[in-house]
Amino acid sequence: MAYVIYLIFYGFLLTAAIGLLASWIDRKVTARVQYRVGPPILQPLIDIVKLLGKETLVPRGASKIIFLTAPLVGLTSVMLVSTLLWVNNIDYGRGFLGDLIVVLYLLTIPSMSIIMGGFASGNPLASLGASREMKLVLSYELPFVLVAFVSVIKAGFSIRLGDILMSQAQNGVVVGSWSGILALIVAIMSVQAKLALVPFDIPEAETEIVSGPLIEYSGSGLAAYRLMKNMLLFTLPFFLMVLFMGGLRLDGVHFLYGVLKYIGLVALITVIRNTNPRVRIDQAVRFFWGPMTIIAILAVLLAFMGL
Amino acid sequence: MNLKLKALLKSPWVFHLSTGSCNNCDIEILDCLTPRFDIERFGILLAGSIKHADVLLITGSCNRQSVVRMKRLYEQVPKPCLVVAVGECALSRGMFIHSYNCPVPLDKIIPVDVYIPGCPPKPEAIIAGVVKLIGKVK
Repeated sequence: MAYVIYLIFYGFLLTAAIGLLASWIDRKVTARVQYRVGPPILQPLIDIVKLLGKETLVPRGASKIIFLTAPLVGLTSVMLVSTLLWVNNIDYGRGFLGDLIVVLYLLTIPSMSIIMGGFASGNPLASLGASREMKLVLSYELPFVLVAFVSVIKAGFSIRLGDILMSQAQNGVVVGSWSGILALIVAIMSVQAKLALVPFDIPEAETEIVSGPLIEYSGSGLAAYRLMKNMLLFTLPFFLMVLFMGGLRLDGVHFLYGVLKYIGLVALITVIRNTNPRVRIDQAVRFFWGPMTIIAILAVLLAFMGL
Repeated sequence: MNLKLKALLKSPWVFHLSTGSCNNCDIEILDCLTPRFDIERFGILLAGSIKHADVLLITGSCNRQSVVRMKRLYEQVPKPCLVVAVGECALSRGMFIHSYNCPVPLDKIIPVDVYIPGCPPKPEAIIAGVVKLIGKVK
């Protein structure tokens, strides 16, 4: 029973609330950077309520079942990831052996659901976007898994999130060392690509292939995708905090530090998004397999040497 | 007024369609997104795909070539949706009223909710039109 409460309250409601707020911060900061006023604070929530009330259209050539279930697959996996992260943050001993690997797998599924939905909708622009998303997944997964390995080495070769958090609480955070700094840089770049934000928004380039995989979605399907993206805007920075910055501790002044770490990461992601042009897909693949992978391997070697 | 309609009026996403206009109205519509007017304050976004849109914003004189496309796009907007006609051409065909190529005005083809006159209308006029539309729906 306790797990159901964790899943519904922490995994869905709290994550969705913080995610919607983070998406508002993102839009507001973007507007201020462009000397605009920006939307009111409840705008992301209103958007989703509006989309839920609209008609859902299924295109004629689409495969109907996959088209309608793909958004739910992504939403469910984000819920599961955030539940796992919250459980480990609240009580270090609550996790199970290998939950880091489960989290890494589940974080790939939102991209998979976008690919499934894009190909199922039967639109040429959507399948173009879905194939770009697939190439992007192949490019950023390698450095992302390598930098997760840095935290594993620092925690004494343990693949439990609880052990990683515990060792950071005792010996200082991972980002305090040289290997940790390099790993965090690579991880932020990968998160930018995972969220499909501007230097790497190649799959859903608004001005080029309209909205990519989401072009045929309307009504509740689009609402589920938007909610999934907003929840990812909470879950991915939170995962980085768990891996490199000691997580969110709920006692006293540490809680304030945790909130500041989260807001700092979201602001950094937004600033990167607002100061960069979009790259081509071949440039993105070269960037992740070239410099990012080399830095990630360097970070792993430094972690082996204890730096 | 129910929740569905209230949320729709707080975040109308606009799909912008030109049915053979001279591009002046389209430039004035894009002016509404600039820092001086900033319609994102009211939750208005420009949608790229017709399936994401709530408001169909039509400029131009509805010539024979574009009428077919316009009807198809109107059928593809997820309902409930609103239609706004911007500029003299979309209202009454303007200077093309005797042209062989523009047989009927826009509101004889699809139902129009609000008319914004002008050649081209100022961005202020477009925003005032949207405010009137919201008042009318309420």
